[in-house]
Amino acid sequence: MATQVVMPKLSPTMEEGQLARWLKNEGDKVSVGEPLAEIDTDKATMEAQALTTGVLRKILVQAGATVPLGQVIAIIGEADEDISALVAKAESGEAAAANKQNIEENVEAGQDGAQRELAGVVVEGARTQATIEGAPLKNDTGGQPSTGGAQASDEKAATQTANAAATGGGDSSGNGQRAAGGRVVVSPIAARMAAEANININSITGSGPGGRIVKRDIEAAKSNASGQQQTQAAAPESRTQAEQTPSPAVEARAPQRQPTQQPSVEGASPYRDEPVSTMRATIARRLTSSTGPVPHFFLTTEIEMDRTAELRATLNTLDTENKVSINDIIIKVAAAALVQHPQVNASFQDKHIRYYERADIGVAVAIDEGLITPIVRAADKKSIGQISREVRELAGRARERKLQPDEYMGATFSVSNLGMFGIDEFTAIINPPEAAILAVGAMSAKPVVREGEVVVRQLMRVTMSCDHRIVDGATGAKFLQTFKKMLENPLLLML
Amino acid sequence: MQRDENVFLLGEEVAAYQGAYKVSKGLLEEFGEKRVIDSPITELGFAGLGVGAAMVGLRPVIEFMTFNFSILATDQIVNSAAKMLYMSGGQFKIPIVFRGPNGSAYQVSSQHSQALESWYAHFPGLKVVMPSTAADAKGLLKSAIRDDDPVIFMEQERMYGMKGEVPDDPDFTIPLGVADIKREGKDATIVARSLTVPLALKAAEELEKEGVSVEVVDPRTIRPLDIDTIIRSVQKTNRVVIVEESHAFCGVGAEISAQIMERAFDYLDAPVKRISSADAPMPYAKNLEQLALPDVAKIVAAVREVLYL
Repeated sequence: MATQVVMPKLSPTMEEGQLARWLKNEGDKVSVGEPLAEIDTDKATMEAQALTTGVLRKILVQAGATVPLGQVIAIIGEADEDISALVAKAESGEAAAANKQNIEENVEAGQDGAQRELAGVVVEGARTQATIEGAPLKNDTGGQPSTGGAQASDEKAATQTANAAATGGGDSSGNGQRAAGGRVVVSPIAARMAAEANININSITGSGPGGRIVKRDIEAAKSNASGQQQTQAAAPESRTQAEQTPSPAVEARAPQRQPTQQPSVEGASPYRDEPVSTMRATIARRLTSSTGPVPHFFLTTEIEMDRTAELRATLNTLDTENKVSINDIIIKVAAAALVQHPQVNASFQDKHIRYYERADIGVAVAIDEGLITPIVRAADKKSIGQISREVRELAGRARERKLQPDEYMGATFSVSNLGMFGIDEFTAIINPPEAAILAVGAMSAKPVVREGEVVVRQLMRVTMSCDHRIVDGATGAKFLQTFKKMLENPLLLML
Repeated sequence: MQRDENVFLLGEEVAAYQGAYKVSKGLLEEFGEKRVIDSPITELGFAGLGVGAAMVGLRPVIEFMTFNFSILATDQIVNSAAKMLYMSGGQFKIPIVFRGPNGSAYQVSSQHSQALESWYAHFPGLKVVMPSTAADAKGLLKSAIRDDDPVIFMEQERMYGMKGEVPDDPDFTIPLGVADIKREGKDATIVARSLTVPLALKAAEELEKEGVSVEVVDPRTIRPLDIDTIIRSVQKTNRVVIVEESHAFCGVGAEISAQIMERAFDYLDAPVKRISSADAPMPYAKNLEQLALPDVAKIVAAVREVLYL
C-alpha cells in the first residue's frame, strides 16, 4: 500500500527542516534505506532515507522549502496505485500536527548523551512511518497501544489498538513498557535502589523485558562499582611500592611505556558520577542565583610561546605534508592538562558531579551560518599530528555542514581561538554541561623584561571561562598553571 | 456443638444421609434431630430461616451442598445477614456460618465449578474464610462459629480427601484475619488460598531444585484480609504471583494486587502476576477442565516470569 514520507527528526533540537535537494525523482524506484533527499537541519545537512520499498510517486515539498517535523513530503507506493486520497489528506495538512507530536513524544532524549538521542532518532524514524501507514510494528507487542496508534484515525490503526489490547488483556507479561525514544524503563525497587546507591540508571542496560532495568541489574552495577573502587584503591599502593624500589628492569622499561599506537575511540567519554557534597551544593545554589544557570568566572594568563612556535616550525620542516598549527598543539596541551586536573574535565549534573575519563576537546569552528564545535575525542591520547589531521577533516566537513550529531555533541572541554582574527584576548561562553572553555588570543611579538633586560618574546593571552559550580578560582588557576607551563616548555609533552 | 447448645446445623442431606460429602457424619446420632436438620431443596428459604434464628440468639451453621447453590440464597446472605447489625443500629447480631464446598470439583461442568469468594468478599458485613489444611479448617471453623458476625466458610471438594495432622484440643482455634506463611522463601512470594496452596507448595518445591527460593503466603481469611503479612513478604522478595481458582476479573487476586501496588509499589521488581481460572465457563471435558484451572506448571512459569528467568 502507499506510504507517506514525512519530515524526519534528524537532530535532537530539530523543529523544522529545509528540503535541500531531492535525490530521487517522481517515478524512480526506491528501496528501504536508500537516500531520498538531503535535509538541512539546524545543525547539519543530513540524508532522509526511504523507510519502505516502492516507487516515489509524488513529491509534495519542493527543494528549498522549509517544513515542520512530521509534514508529509512525499508518497511512496506501487507504480499503478491510486494515491489521490493520500495526496489530498497530505495537502490538507491533516496528519502533520499529529505526526509532529508523535515524533516529539517518541524523542524524549535526556540532555546528556548524544548516543541516546541518536538512538531515539532511529526508533522514531521507523515508528513514524509505520504509525502513519497504520501497519502494526513488529516489535510492538506490548499491552499498551502507542499514543501514535491511538491518534491515527484510520481503520487499521484502530485494529492495531484492538489487537494490542487483546494481547494485553489475558497476559500481563509484556506490560507495554519499552525503552522507546530514550525513556528509561525501570522497576520501582530498581529505581529506588539506584537512587539510594547514587547509580545513574542511564548508564545501566536493563535485562528485563523491553530493556526494563530490574533489581538484579542494580545489584550487578553495585558490585561492579565496589569492585572498581577496590581496584582503584589498590592501584596507588602498588605504584608507591614501585616508586620506592625502582628496580633496574622497571627503569629500563620505562621509556617504552609511552604508547605509540593511536587509540580508536568512538562515542562519548566514559565517566564516573560522584555525589555533590553539601558545600558544593551550597556554592552551586548561591552562585547560580547570582549569575544565572551557569555562573561564569574568568581567568586570564599570558604565555610565552617562543618554544612552542619553535617546536611547531621544527615539526613542519620534518613533515611538510601534514603541517600542524599552534592551535593543534594547544588542543594537545589542554587535553594533557585536563588529565592532570580532573576537576576541570567534569560536568555539574545537579545531584552529582560527572568526571570524564577522557579529554574530548570541542574545537569551535566558525561557519557561514554561525558556529559549531566538532570534537577531537580522547585528545589526551592522540599525537599532535593525529589531532591536526582530525581537526582539519572535521572543520572541513563542518563548513559543508556534513557533521553527524555525535561529532559535535558531548565534548568534555572546549577551545575557541580567535587569534587568526587578530583578537588579543576575549572571553568565551561555556558550552553546557562542560565545566570550562578556553578562549585563545593572537600570538604576537612584544617587548618584555626578563632578568632586568628588555627582550622580545612571542606572547599569547588565554582566558578560561569556568563554571563556578564545580571549578573554583584556585582549581582553574592550577589548571592554567599546568597549561602555561607545558606551552612554555612543550618538551613536557614528551614525558 | 458440644460446647454450645445454641449451635445447630441446617442444610440439604446433612442429617439422615450424613452429608453429601459426609462432612456431618455422626452428628445426627450425637446431637439429634433438633440440632441436625435436613432441609428441603430451598436455599433461599433455609438461609433465611438461619438468619432469623441468629437474630434471636442461636448460632446456625447453614450448609450449602456447594456454594454454586448459594447463589439462590444471596438475597438472605447479602441483604439480610450482612446488613442486619448495621441497619438495626447494633441491636441484632447475626452469628451465622454459611459453609460448603467452593470452586472446581471433578468434571461437574460450568454451573457447579465456580469459585465465588470475590462475590461475598465484596460486601462489608461478611467475613470470608478459606482454609487450605485440615488443621486450619478445624481452627478456623471453630472461630467462625464462635464469631458474632456472619461468616462465609468456603471448603473445597477436591480437598475433602486430603489428610493432615489436626490438634486434638477441642478448643483449638485460629483467629480470623491472620495469614499463615506456609513456606518461607526470599526470591518470590506466591499468595495462594484454598486448593491453590498445595499447588503453590509443590511449585515451590520444583523451583527450589533450580535454586529459586519461594515464599508461600496463605491469607486463610479473605475478609478481614491480613494484608500486612502479604506486604511484609513482598518487601522481602520484591516479586509476587497470586494464584486463585476464581476468574481473574474483579477477583480477590485483583484486590490483593491493587493493595500491593498501593502499599509496596517501591518494593516491586516486576508487575504482580496472577494465575486464575480461564476467563470462560468451566468446560465439562476433562482435558479442557485441566487447561482452565491453575496448575503447578503454570505457577512455576509465572514465578520464573516475575524473576525474569
